[in-house]
Amino acid sequence: MKHLTKAILVLGAMTLAACTNANRFDNDGVVDLNSSANSGSALSDGGANDPTSPAYFQHTIGDRVLFEVDQSSLTSTGRATLNGQANWLKTNADYVAIIEGHADEQGTREYNLALGARRSNTVREYLVSQGVPAARLRTVSYGKERPIEICSQESCYTQNRRAVTIISAGLSS
Amino acid sequence: MKHWCEMRQVVMWMLAVTLCAIGVTAQAQSGPLRIEITDGVVEPLPFAAPNFVPETSGAGEWGQRLAQVVADDLAGSGLFRQLPANAFISQITSFSSPVQFSDWKAINAQALITGAVAVNGSQLTVKFRVYDVFAGTELGSGLQFSGTTDGWRRMAHKVADAVYSRITGEGGYFDSRVVFVNETGPKNARKKRLGIMDYDGENLQYLTDSADLVLAPRFSPTGDRVLYTSYETGFPRIYVLDVGSVQRRVLESAQGTMSFAPRFSPDGRTVVYSLTQGGNTDIYQMDIGSGRSTRLSSAPSIETAPSYSPDGSRIVFESDRSGTQQLYIMSAGGGDAKRISFGQGRYGTPVWSPRGDLIAFTKQSKGRFHIGVMRTDGSEERLLTASFLDEGPSWAPNGRVIMFTRETQGAGGSASLYSVDISGRNLKRVKTPGGASDPAWGPLQQ
Repeated sequence: MKHLTKAILVLGAMTLAACTNANRFDNDGVVDLNSSANSGSALSDGGANDPTSPAYFQHTIGDRVLFEVDQSSLTSTGRATLNGQANWLKTNADYVAIIEGHADEQGTREYNLALGARRSNTVREYLVSQGVPAARLRTVSYGKERPIEICSQESCYTQNRRAVTIISAGLSS
Repeated sequence: MKHWCEMRQVVMWMLAVTLCAIGVTAQAQSGPLRIEITDGVVEPLPFAAPNFVPETSGAGEWGQRLAQVVADDLAGSGLFRQLPANAFISQITSFSSPVQFSDWKAINAQALITGAVAVNGSQLTVKFRVYDVFAGTELGSGLQFSGTTDGWRRMAHKVADAVYSRITGEGGYFDSRVVFVNETGPKNARKKRLGIMDYDGENLQYLTDSADLVLAPRFSPTGDRVLYTSYETGFPRIYVLDVGSVQRRVLESAQGTMSFAPRFSPDGRTVVYSLTQGGNTDIYQMDIGSGRSTRLSSAPSIETAPSYSPDGSRIVFESDRSGTQQLYIMSAGGGDAKRISFGQGRYGTPVWSPRGDLIAFTKQSKGRFHIGVMRTDGSEERLLTASFLDEGPSWAPNGRVIMFTRETQGAGGSASLYSVDISGRNLKRVKTPGGASDPAWGPLQQ
């Protein structure tokens, strides 16, 4: 459980950012973002203590996995987090997810886009291997365009080399 | 004419020297020109550009502004040095009167640019001549441009291009535009939009708003259209934008894919780009007219950042098929690729020079980023810059200067545009308001 505790500490601060990210898909016609389950108000009806809430997914299970420099393979910590994500997504079948792949700033723009795509696809394939229907999972890469930590040191880079599973209520097309 | 020839030869020699390594020793020059090189620094050619002579009332201010832009262009190239007006012994008060060469020789002006300007309502007419002062002759013959006052800077750039070209024997690059990404906001909430401006940062306009993330615009060969990547739908897709009307349309929108890193072919009819499907990124090309796409690479590795050779027959791109990013060249129809980069470190974002002889690239080595150039067979690699993060070179239309993105480190880090001569000399920041990245240098305007 050590890694989960750590994930909660790290991810607690990111909840708002994650919701904001989800809103960027509003125009896509795929994801219904009007559900209160995806907004901050979800915290009031159970919040992180309600195992069916997105807040629980984000905080308790952990909505992201981290990667080594230039790598897109999962760490054992990452696999454990994704097992939790897969179980949650199988239990809460009304939710769809977009998996965002990201890279740290040490790389060229195009390569980092492709690297982020590898990372998001690794997560998607793992979730599918754990029984999540592929049709509920989409991927996107932001490369180095959306860092969450802004220093130019490994302590920040390690948080930026990530794949984040953004869930929202709604059926995929 | 003899002296003009010498002048031309010497300046061409100076340009050639800039291609060579540090430590070139100046040869003693016979004749009037003295170009001294110390530790690889070329002594720029001194010139005088007196205010252009007003030929109508109200043209005096234009005469001053035009001469200043011409002088800024030439001095900004690093190959010329402007002599200050307070050093002038004689004044140019008439465009047609004979030039007192001795007065210009006395202040060591090796080139003299004279001009005249007439304004009639919103119409501006500009004339100019270039003289080889020590030979006492005119270089080429006088030229005249007309246009509206709105376009006065372009007329000045055209004069400067003609002067540059006559003295160096190479094409100019001043009457050109740059499309780039304007950046605002903090590093973790950055807003990006497309901007277009003159090469010197003037006449900036925005082509998109900041609502959606946009990346890496690229000019069409004639500068009338721009390819770029936008997250408008939430997913990166390639768009083509008409610069005149600012109308855009999506080019590649296959479901479940990402597309990015587009570039035009030299004939402007085809786009080469990267498409990612199932986590794997390969290179494709699309016929813009029909929308029909063809896959050019098929490998489990990352293949991206493609760029055509000027004749359209080949494509240089980056791939990590060897384990790290390296540069490869393949036929424009796809197929086998030949690796050309073999130095230490990682190589990305290759761009073929408009002259066809060099490939510019980004190199990552020992925690630093460099802009560099190499020949198309990978030989004669030269690194031109070094910093925390330099990337994304783009060629000036004459293949002599490279513009790129430099990003500073840390929480307050931001991106700016820089330009550098392919000798590595004359590194300077390009004027932009706020942050700027991903420059694409357009063609000389018609």
